Amino acid sequence: MTVDAGELRRRTQELLAAHPPATTDRLDFLRARFDAGLAWVHYPEGLGGLGVPRSLQAVVDAELEAAGAPDNDPRRIGIGLGMAAPTILQFGTEEQKRRYLRPLWTGEEVWCQLFSEPGAGSDLAALGTRAVREGDEWVVNGQKVWTSSAHIARWAILIARTDPDEPKHRGITYFVCDMTDPGVEVRPLRQITGEAEFNEVFLTDVRIPDARRLGEVGDGWRVAQTTLNNERVAIGGMRLPREGGMIGPVAKAWRERPELRTHDLHQRLLKLWVEAEVARLTGERLRQQLVAGQPGPEGAGMKLAFARLNQEISGLEVELLGEEGLLYDDWTMRRPELVDFTGREAGYRYLRSKGNSIEGGTSEVLLNIVAERVLGLPAEPRTDKDVAWKDLAR
Amino acid sequence: MSTTSTQPDLLYSEEEEALRAAVRDLLTDHCDAAGVIARTESDAPHDLEAWKALADGMGLAGLLVPEAKGGQGATHREAAVVLEELGRAVAPVPFLTSAVVATEALLAFPHSRLRSSGGTPIADDLLAELASGRAIGALAVALNVPAGGAYPVVRHENGSLHGELTGVADAAVADVLLVPADDGGLYAVRSDAVTVTPQASLDLTRPVAKVVLDGAPGRLLGDAEPAVRRALRAGAGLLASEQFGLADWALTETVRYLKERKQFNRPVGGFQALKHRLAQLWLEVVNLRAAARNAADALASGEHGEEVAVAVAVAQAYAAPVAVRAAEEALQLHGGIGMTWEHPVHLYLKRAKADSIAYGTAGVHRSAVAELVDLQAP
Repeated sequence: MTVDAGELRRRTQELLAAHPPATTDRLDFLRARFDAGLAWVHYPEGLGGLGVPRSLQAVVDAELEAAGAPDNDPRRIGIGLGMAAPTILQFGTEEQKRRYLRPLWTGEEVWCQLFSEPGAGSDLAALGTRAVREGDEWVVNGQKVWTSSAHIARWAILIARTDPDEPKHRGITYFVCDMTDPGVEVRPLRQITGEAEFNEVFLTDVRIPDARRLGEVGDGWRVAQTTLNNERVAIGGMRLPREGGMIGPVAKAWRERPELRTHDLHQRLLKLWVEAEVARLTGERLRQQLVAGQPGPEGAGMKLAFARLNQEISGLEVELLGEEGLLYDDWTMRRPELVDFTGREAGYRYLRSKGNSIEGGTSEVLLNIVAERVLGLPAEPRTDKDVAWKDLAR
Repeated sequence: MSTTSTQPDLLYSEEEEALRAAVRDLLTDHCDAAGVIARTESDAPHDLEAWKALADGMGLAGLLVPEAKGGQGATHREAAVVLEELGRAVAPVPFLTSAVVATEALLAFPHSRLRSSGGTPIADDLLAELASGRAIGALAVALNVPAGGAYPVVRHENGSLHGELTGVADAAVADVLLVPADDGGLYAVRSDAVTVTPQASLDLTRPVAKVVLDGAPGRLLGDAEPAVRRALRAGAGLLASEQFGLADWALTETVRYLKERKQFNRPVGGFQALKHRLAQLWLEVVNLRAAARNAADALASGEHGEEVAVAVAVAQAYAAPVAVRAAEEALQLHGGIGMTWEHPVHLYLKRAKADSIAYGTAGVHRSAVAELVDLQAP
């Protein structure tokens, strides 16, 4: 049968009737929702979906929200939902999909991403973490960095070098790594805000069964592209109301505290307010394109735009606050699970937003990507293209 | 601030894309760059043949006019698509001034009791003329005046009009001028009753002119203030689409050229310093499209509330600097050829710079935003 909006509404009501949110355990409800195919409706049947267009998810979400049903705390498990899941769906075996996707979606198992290394940031393909095959297992040694959620994660998506004799893009393989393996050591990485959102992860003789490989041996770079493309969509594609971003607290302070106003700040505030509003409209336009099934290249630009705006707006906010701008709310070393832009003060926003133009692809790399893939300008010279990884300068 | 209750439609419909394709085809045939440049050197910079094809052949002059009044009954969304294409071709036709601004001024008098000898309202008579392309209209207010801004008026004395108005865009080809007078009225004046003198203009493809009225007869349409405000607001909002078209041409043409142009034995477009500049520009052009679509959609909603005012002010506060920068970047990145009279980039620079003053500067529109969203000056 064809599943349309009406049928989805009926099935959602059926789920709610069988598992009333008020009297059902949160996890039981989420599992039942997954099994009913109402978790992510565009996923295949049996894997939390019904194989219908993604745009129909809104129908289910609206019904569930109205009924006060619990959600899976999507921000907490963003890496699993936004990066691991689409990669597993595209490249995983049937067994892998069945094993990983359900607890990933319900949040029972948190995922993290072991990609970046101290020596492989923008040039991620140069990574040096080694995976050596021993029978049915791979033995992994190396160091990863900037790993959020590593300290609470059950699983990681990992890329490692399996053939150092191939050029850098070709000798990489993609794995699912068990974060409870005794060879995995997670250390907090304190950042300029004082807290440690991220971790360093040291991998020492970690043994990964070959059954946890995603995609072919040596094809890990291509598999990772799926992950990274989804990461940029996740970072840049959020829907915002007017003044929903960083401009919100500045506009509020401006309205409530006339004693802080100066002519110079006014001009800069208005310029940034307009730019924030226009960026919001661009995001909305991109969303409408996706819903209409005509994804545009605008997504590549959204992250660039928001990184710059966040930095300039929070910088203005610190200045606006005058004497208060000299203060900082809290330097305590904490382990937050989420970036909390709105719960903290201006100084935190100023410092944290510095990372926005580095994480998930630096703005400089993204500008190259726009120039080459959107505008079709010539690619950067690639002196490393045909050189075996082991012979690269480092 | 609250969110908007309904989301604007920021995309283009299939019909709008078809309209775009038709306009682009026509402009490719009628408005090639060399022809436009040659025309600017003559006494007749406007391309009235292209205008006839657009207005008469395609009915575009009547897009904003209801069908009952002889128009197409379309909306600002379609007019915006036409303006994107006219901007891309920097076409010297009076679409914005006649089919948008003068037409909007006339549409402000739907219930006017002031009638012509034939018995129909004067404004409706003129709307039908403008919509059919039989006549070109121009609001006799200097191009730089923003909606709500002060504008000069002429003297109304003993039933005729006296005075001088300057900076009136496309007045040189107008058949009918809509003239505000000191009694608060807006008058329709036939151009053969006045003296129109072209002023040497920065923008070669939308030149301004001086209008001298020496006892010219005028037909009263109604109160000038609300009609002028409405006309200038629509002009400002839709100008953003023209600015998007200009900017998009500048970016596209520069990218094309830099893939071909070789120095140091490689395409100039492969140098990272230039790639990053072009990628930044692309980002701004993409933003401008969303802002311009938002303004067009808001105007098309038919409301005259605060949301429309915010959409127009945001679009204009953003559009002008982007269009100017796109044209300036195009010139710089073209190198020497960009500085020549022969290459069309100067037409775009001149239009973009004049557009940045038209219907209020970005700064004027930022001040409007400050009022509208309650971010008051110190």
